[in-house]
Amino acid sequence: MKILVAVKRVIDYNVQVRVKEDGSGIVTENVKMSSNPPDDNAIEEAVKIKEAGKATEIIAITVGEEKSQETVRKALAVGADRGILIKTEGNVEPLAVAKALQKIVDKEKPDLVFMGKQAIDDDCNQTGQMLSALLNWPQATFASKIEIKDKILEVTREIDEGLETIEVSLPAIVTCDLRLNEPRYASLPNIMKAKKKPIEIFTATDLGVDIASRVQLIKVEEPPKRKAGIKVASVAELVSKLKNEAKVI
Amino acid sequence: MSVLLIAEHNNKEVKPFTLNAITAASQMDTGVHVLLIGNNCGDVAKALSEMPSVKKVLHAEAAHYENYLAENFAPLVVKVSENYSHIVSSANTFGKNLMPRIAAHLDISQVSDITKVISPDTFIRPIYAGNAFATVKSTDAKKCITIRPTSFEPCETSGGSAPIENIEATEEFTLSKFIKREEVKSDRPELGTARIVVSGGRGMQNGENFKLITDIADKLNAAIGASRAAVDAGYISNEHQVGQTGKVVVPDLYIAVGISGAIQHLAGMKESKIIVAINKDGEAPIFSVADYGLEADLFEALPQFLDELNKLNSIQK
Repeated sequence: MKILVAVKRVIDYNVQVRVKEDGSGIVTENVKMSSNPPDDNAIEEAVKIKEAGKATEIIAITVGEEKSQETVRKALAVGADRGILIKTEGNVEPLAVAKALQKIVDKEKPDLVFMGKQAIDDDCNQTGQMLSALLNWPQATFASKIEIKDKILEVTREIDEGLETIEVSLPAIVTCDLRLNEPRYASLPNIMKAKKKPIEIFTATDLGVDIASRVQLIKVEEPPKRKAGIKVASVAELVSKLKNEAKVI
Repeated sequence: MSVLLIAEHNNKEVKPFTLNAITAASQMDTGVHVLLIGNNCGDVAKALSEMPSVKKVLHAEAAHYENYLAENFAPLVVKVSENYSHIVSSANTFGKNLMPRIAAHLDISQVSDITKVISPDTFIRPIYAGNAFATVKSTDAKKCITIRPTSFEPCETSGGSAPIENIEATEEFTLSKFIKREEVKSDRPELGTARIVVSGGRGMQNGENFKLITDIADKLNAAIGASRAAVDAGYISNEHQVGQTGKVVVPDLYIAVGISGAIQHLAGMKESKIIVAINKDGEAPIFSVADYGLEADLFEALPQFLDELNKLNSIQK
């Protein structure tokens, strides 16, 4: 079995993002970048499946600028066998990413495609579902538990009401929740080894994919600031404030 | 052209966020048609037809629509989409799972999780866990939109009499199969719509201590929330999680207990009207968004809080 894992390079989750003064976007210069957290879960799950002897090859893929290779390298250091970078400039919308991934799926013919359920930069939560639509494959989104049963995958999904279990036939797309597993750290020897693993590079033109933007960004603004609150000295004061000042209880 | 709103329901009742989605849809175009896809869901069709903002209900029935698999729903939505300018659903796990599958089939770049309709093609949506808001304009001829339910009021539910049109079902997608759903039943208000939410974090230390939260929630008729740290530690089940990848809540009162206030948690609650933070670490980031902060040990503060509530003559419900 072959597993394709899609990853994205995003601003690190611990960074307090800042809006550019001219409202044209988010400040990304000199900001720490990392892999999208649920994509780490996607890689981890693929590696676990390979370690269990159920997969033979893991390919890590990303769509993004040249520097996104760092994110592919990280996946290689954790256990992916080879990498693919689809090199683009600027923001690429999920539909375009899904179309680019579709081309690679056609070429590589994986049995499973994993990715995080959502990227923490644009918070779109679209790419996996879109890719499964384009391929007309089953989709198992927001997965918190996966069990492989021959050519069937049993997936537990995190839904608003609790948990849902579905079975999908392979090939299938799985989008991963943070609760799926505990991503490992790459060891130093593996980081060194990952430097020798191959990364193939394509452009959207090579793949014949139109990645032109369909959604124009008009402006980006800071959220409205909350007015500064107060510290209360006691529980009695707190309850009194809630009752008499805020009038919410 | 009108808006096609995809209803979320459980074949017996309309789910509450559908009402918020109808309000959002009617701000894009006043001709809102609701597509109801289900199995033996005649009561839901009737309920939808009585909503004054709804101009027509399209109703499709089939056994394979029972459990809302996106693979079964999407082809039907695509089939009826031709005459509509917008396709809309709520941005909860139902809509998040379904809408991108529809959008990709129609070659539309979806706009997710909007909090405001500026015009029929321009919307505001949060990015970076709500640390920035983007105004975006869709240039696709048809739009696929999911809406953040807590940013729109629920629509009226009575007084209308929209026609119900039965439409033919599409074929079953046989490669995906629903097995089971484990819903946690509760007598408390739903987290997404509750007027008051009391949430616990890692500071609760274990699951048993959530009893302290439960007692106060009972007294205030509140829903119970949690930080991801508390859910991951196994103190409480996942449907209680508030945050970037959990639920977004906008109650009148949010009480955060033993929650430090990671960016990802704040993303799910910082639009609440009044925020209370109870934490023994005076430097915790949660205090930066709190209207009322109490720097105290929660194991002392929560029993006192309950005592104080018990002393009150009346509590709003």
